[in-house]
Amino acid sequence: MAYPEKYKYTREHEWIEVAGSVGTVGITDYAQNSLGDIVFVDAPKVGTKVEKGSAFGSVESVKAVSDLYSPVTGTVTGVNEELATSPEKINTDAHSSWIIKVELSDPSELDALLSAEEYEKFTAEETGK
Amino acid sequence: MATSAPSALRKTPLNVMHRRIGAKMVDFGGWDMPVEYSGLIAEHMAVRTGVGLFDVSHMGDIQLRGPGSLDAVQHISMNDASKLQEGQAHYSAMLYPQGTFVDDVIVHKLSGNDYLIVINAGTREKDFHWVKSNVQRFNCHANDYSDYYTQLAIQGPKAAETLAKLTKVDLSSIKGYWFKWGTVCGLANTLIARTGYTGEDGFEIYVPSDVATSERVWNEVLEAGKEFGILPCGLGARNTLRLESAMSLYEHEISDKINVFEAHLDRFLKLEKEPFIGSEALKTIQAEGGPARKLVGLEVVERGIARDGYAVLDAAGKKIGVVTSGSPAPFLKKNIALAYVPTELAVVDGEVAVEVRGNPVKARIVPTPFYRRPKKTA
Repeated sequence: MAYPEKYKYTREHEWIEVAGSVGTVGITDYAQNSLGDIVFVDAPKVGTKVEKGSAFGSVESVKAVSDLYSPVTGTVTGVNEELATSPEKINTDAHSSWIIKVELSDPSELDALLSAEEYEKFTAEETGK
Repeated sequence: MATSAPSALRKTPLNVMHRRIGAKMVDFGGWDMPVEYSGLIAEHMAVRTGVGLFDVSHMGDIQLRGPGSLDAVQHISMNDASKLQEGQAHYSAMLYPQGTFVDDVIVHKLSGNDYLIVINAGTREKDFHWVKSNVQRFNCHANDYSDYYTQLAIQGPKAAETLAKLTKVDLSSIKGYWFKWGTVCGLANTLIARTGYTGEDGFEIYVPSDVATSERVWNEVLEAGKEFGILPCGLGARNTLRLESAMSLYEHEISDKINVFEAHLDRFLKLEKEPFIGSEALKTIQAEGGPARKLVGLEVVERGIARDGYAVLDAAGKKIGVVTSGSPAPFLKKNIALAYVPTELAVVDGEVAVEVRGNPVKARIVPTPFYRRPKKTA
């Protein structure tokens, strides 16, 4: 699956799409594929402060649990409630199944994230290990 | 794009084929094995409702042959092999002198002087060494035939109908835990055993381990099972299937630090037969009132998934035990676990908690197995 050019990516396999001062965050297709069938998404409540590089929740497949790391610092302004009942949507389309929306505290943090091309190269190296 | 296995890992004869059909591979006890193909849940459901095919060639096969083979088997395993008839198998375990597990095994009586012991993959070398060194004083030979066979497990309510297309052997004449030899996929003298590790009806067949034969049989089974929705199944589904059926996994529910009474496997322990390795220690444990901890089934009541290694807590939040295997159960659609807790707390309907990532999540002790297959009405 192609990685959208307009998204930025983390080495922990999250994506973020920024519109104005709000970032929408999800996990990548690579992440959903490694996890397998996703059965549970543990997301924070609206109003929670998240910090760049820190865990803000988790996503669980049948076989494993994986922390979610925030690509940016800020405040949660939205949570995708659909994932509470249909977490498998992430398997179907990881790049449109967002998990949280975050009001950014420091948009300059985005500069350190990976572009689609850089992320794809990074996953190729991970696979080759 | 097909990738090749890291060279340090061991491979079954079907390794290239697994990669060719896009299996996700993992390192399982030093083996490069498929964890899933189309998806764990779909594979799990195929076995519960139709049929699934597993490559279990990483399992080991030790043959004990000679006039002293029964005495040898009796000495190294806890079940009573003298009760086996030719063509019959049973679940058993090899124990250390302290009554803990070398491994759990299936013992097959091939003939009066010939036994086949099927062992786990991760313990193959250790097991063979253990058997060899402990049967020396008996008049028999121990041979490691592990690499001679590709072992395929065909499991599920449609397993018999699938396999029936590939053999003339009357499969209905093979009862659970019995086996026969017959021609399968044109291969004469193939061992067909009605055994498995899924809680379903099913068969395990042992075919020659060359790549061409292994791949041919694999493909013929998939073709035969097509009308029943057969899926190739990986270790992921194998694990959730055995967990729903509360079957033990080495280094989880059983290990060299866990004894037979703790693991709740004493129904396979025959202390009344002649002394065997581990029997004295187990008699002592029994005489002293049994084990201090016991394996129980847990159903997570609140939101959260118990995982291997998570702590079990009492109502006050004190750690009382540990989860040995935990997972969402795809067929039961519950979050289940096996765990060790103090014997006095190992009571059905008892309330405990599992510490899930720092938070206590309520769980209830339930009877095991969590899943029991429906009895055939026909």
